Amino acid sequence: MSAISVRGLRKSYGALEAVQGIDFEIEEGEVFGLLGPNGAGKTTTVEILEGYRRRDAGDVTVLGNDPQDPGPEFRQRIGVVLQHSELWPNLTVRETHRAFAGYYERPRSVDEVIELVGLAAKRDARVKTLSGGQKRRLDLGIALIGDPDLVFLDEPTTGFDPAARRAAWEMIRSLRSLGKTVLLTTHYLDEAEQLADRVAVLREGRIVTIGTPRELTSADLEVEIRYRRNGEEVLLRTTEPTRVLHELTAEALARGEELERLEVRRPSLEEVYLALVSEDEPA
Amino acid sequence: MRLFVHELRNQLLVFWRSKEAAFFVFLFPLLLFLLLGSVYGGKIYGVPASEALLAGLLGYGCANTAFAGLAIQLVVRRELGILKRLRATPLSAPTYIAATLASTLTVFVVQTIALFVIGAILYSAPFPHAFGSLVLAIVIGAAVFSALGVAAASLIRSAEGSSAVVNFILLPMAFLTGSFGPTRHYPAFLRAIGDVLPLKYFIEIVNAVYLHRQALWTKGGALAVLAAWGATGLAVAALRFRWEPREG
Repeated sequence: MSAISVRGLRKSYGALEAVQGIDFEIEEGEVFGLLGPNGAGKTTTVEILEGYRRRDAGDVTVLGNDPQDPGPEFRQRIGVVLQHSELWPNLTVRETHRAFAGYYERPRSVDEVIELVGLAAKRDARVKTLSGGQKRRLDLGIALIGDPDLVFLDEPTTGFDPAARRAAWEMIRSLRSLGKTVLLTTHYLDEAEQLADRVAVLREGRIVTIGTPRELTSADLEVEIRYRRNGEEVLLRTTEPTRVLHELTAEALARGEELERLEVRRPSLEEVYLALVSEDEPA
Repeated sequence: MRLFVHELRNQLLVFWRSKEAAFFVFLFPLLLFLLLGSVYGGKIYGVPASEALLAGLLGYGCANTAFAGLAIQLVVRRELGILKRLRATPLSAPTYIAATLASTLTVFVVQTIALFVIGAILYSAPFPHAFGSLVLAIVIGAAVFSALGVAAASLIRSAEGSSAVVNFILLPMAFLTGSFGPTRHYPAFLRAIGDVLPLKYFIEIVNAVYLHRQALWTKGGALAVLAAWGATGLAVAALRFRWEPREG
């Protein structure tokens, strides 16, 4: 059975249609990424699945529950990292974990979870003394303390420096090895590529593409060939670079010319992604 | 029930860990009692001044703890996203609210006991005679001011402004209703304002029960005014209370 199933989901805030009819399935044990720029509808979608918001239309099932009207077990089985949330500033890391552990019927060991999220050295530090990255790890720790089957991570690394981001990635990968289903939102392409088994790219409330990160970026891409001729730059775009290049070089050789500043490049993943989420219709 | 006890312990831990809360909510009324008790001598309303002040500061303590303290606490927790985060756990909203009110009541009861102990030691004020009525009065007062505290929290937009807003209400109310000493020499219009405020009626009940050894039910009018304020607070809270921070 899939952990999450979404069909025709819609949500508006006044005149703003934040989510305009999206469909996707997430299998148990899968790490699924919702990727898109700010305002694409990622957080609205996740907060509907978490049970914070009511949908306007569509069918949604999360762990066999309708999150709008969940059974008593639902919140025992989900773990949540919100995009913005803080915790009691004057409690210690350990006290905070213990407070949350008490809300669940079958919590994990507090010390184990603190170890898992790499806060063992900060066990007795007050929350207000933690750095931004450490606070985010605390958020992850309390999301895991109830031993959930499904974990929601809403932009878990936004604002991190590169080292903190790598550390967070390691932790999220360890969730997969624990067998958790993970729904992750991000606006970083590399993060989705590094962590997710499958990715849905959202733009203006719609899914523009869905698939593995590899599928996403290996679609019929046009390769760019550039060179200079009589001081003028020439740019060719083609899906058959071998043939085009062969013809070009054959002609040049026949004329005894050099193709000045010849360059052949595939667009980067970043460019593919930007093309997908840009204002123009994707190619 | 297990969740309620667990959350009550969490909330008390969070309360005592915050130095600002422990000082302004718990200690401040006690310090005022020490201060005013050493300033006022003789008699107020025909009873020793220290006893009248004790009753007034019990009233101030109630409004300070259940109205001001609770309102600030809730706004801060809402704006930090703590309330929103808790909604994703198995802790239900009714259990959370019950534990919050029980934690507030606990702090106020400990403070009241401390007031009587200080009164007995320093000013030889007697312990309450109509004990059952006083306990009931304390619970009613805490309930009414908690309802107003949750209502205030629902109307206050930002954590930064919350302390200023509630103290702008609390301190004038305490002065006008006789928490800090008798109001009979105040200008008539100030007394008229005091006459509509809930704290006046709570102090009136405490005075009757503690100073004049009357039973709680002899103060039907004052109880009715408190009930009206409590109902208003509940209505505003039910309509306007939010769990999520103002910005999404």
